[in-house]
Amino acid sequence: MKAEAAKTLRAFLLELCVYAVLVTGYFFLVLHYLSAWLQDLHLHHVKVYAGVAIVLIIGQAVLLENVTTWLLRFLRGRSE
Amino acid sequence: MFFPISDSHISPIYLATIGFFIGVLGGFFGVGGSFIAGPALRAVGLDWNFAVGTDLAHIVGKSVVAAKRHRALGNVDLRLGFIMAIGTMGGAEVGAQLIQMLKRAGNVNLVVSIVSIAIYVSISSFMIWEAWRTLRYQKRRRPRSKVPGTAAKQDESSFSHRTAAIQRLRLWPMISLPTSGVKAISLWVIILVSFIGGLFSGFLGGGAGYIRMPMMVYVLGIPTHLAVGTDLFEIIISASYGTFSHAIKGNVDILIALVMHTGAAIGAQIGAISTQYFAGPKIRLAFVPLPLIGAAIVIYTMMTGQKL
Repeated sequence: MKAEAAKTLRAFLLELCVYAVLVTGYFFLVLHYLSAWLQDLHLHHVKVYAGVAIVLIIGQAVLLENVTTWLLRFLRGRSE
Repeated sequence: MFFPISDSHISPIYLATIGFFIGVLGGFFGVGGSFIAGPALRAVGLDWNFAVGTDLAHIVGKSVVAAKRHRALGNVDLRLGFIMAIGTMGGAEVGAQLIQMLKRAGNVNLVVSIVSIAIYVSISSFMIWEAWRTLRYQKRRRPRSKVPGTAAKQDESSFSHRTAAIQRLRLWPMISLPTSGVKAISLWVIILVSFIGGLFSGFLGGGAGYIRMPMMVYVLGIPTHLAVGTDLFEIIISASYGTFSHAIKGNVDILIALVMHTGAAIGAQIGAISTQYFAGPKIRLAFVPLPLIGAAIVIYTMMTGQKL
């Protein structure tokens, strides 16, 4: 039981590290380039901005959920 | 990191960490966590209107992740979620109108503060009484199951005789919720429960999961695990509506929400998976401090005149 818990914790910590690297890259690549465009939408096309905001947050949620699920499966698979 | 939409400088690590903690709470209890996110965003200097709108956008993302995970665990009743979304949106509009009326009367802060403290303390007191009674009854009756994720999902409540009486109300149209194990219940009862949840959401702000989740368990008779998962699914729809409405009013900095959500994505999964290892009454007992934190924040605001 303890070995199982240690394995899960190790896989989780490894997942956090890989996830942190991916998310940092994501910040710089995606958010950096999006910010000017989003600010322009926010100022001049507020209804489009509202729609884009929802699409972005749901899109990111689905993407990150898939990434974390895949990472967890991959890391658990390797540690077994 | 500079966020041009709200014209603010906030550390992305701070945002992701806050998102992570709210994600864990949301995944485990099915709440939006706005009573923590709002003050946390205010604490770094974000204007109150941006804090409320941005928090709603972040709630949408976090609920998508947690609801997807709960759905994989069989904890989401889609039919119930869609019906509840209708009532919630109606209630939220009425709640927002009530706020406008109180604003015009000039006593909005006092009324909202007193109502919220009364509601938060009542929910916590009732849940601690009910969960403790159920746990004591279970302990006397049979030994606890040691297999996580199987018997842990079996739910019991010492309030179930009242729930059964509500389910026996023959108020047409009656519908069945096979996923939740409810053979027949009046559609109007579901609409009323979600309407009250929406009313509090519009009146007090946030997703109002602290009132909707307990009502789903005690009034509709939904097992706690399904109430958590279905509440999260329902929050996706109602919070999306709220985000759109706030974004049109210029109250959403989506870049902040996206950064917060990177932490919430992983926290929500941890919270959702953790529900497998706890029985319904224990989840309800662990839920008790959440409304009390909300009450403490309101009391602090009332006493100091300063919003957290």
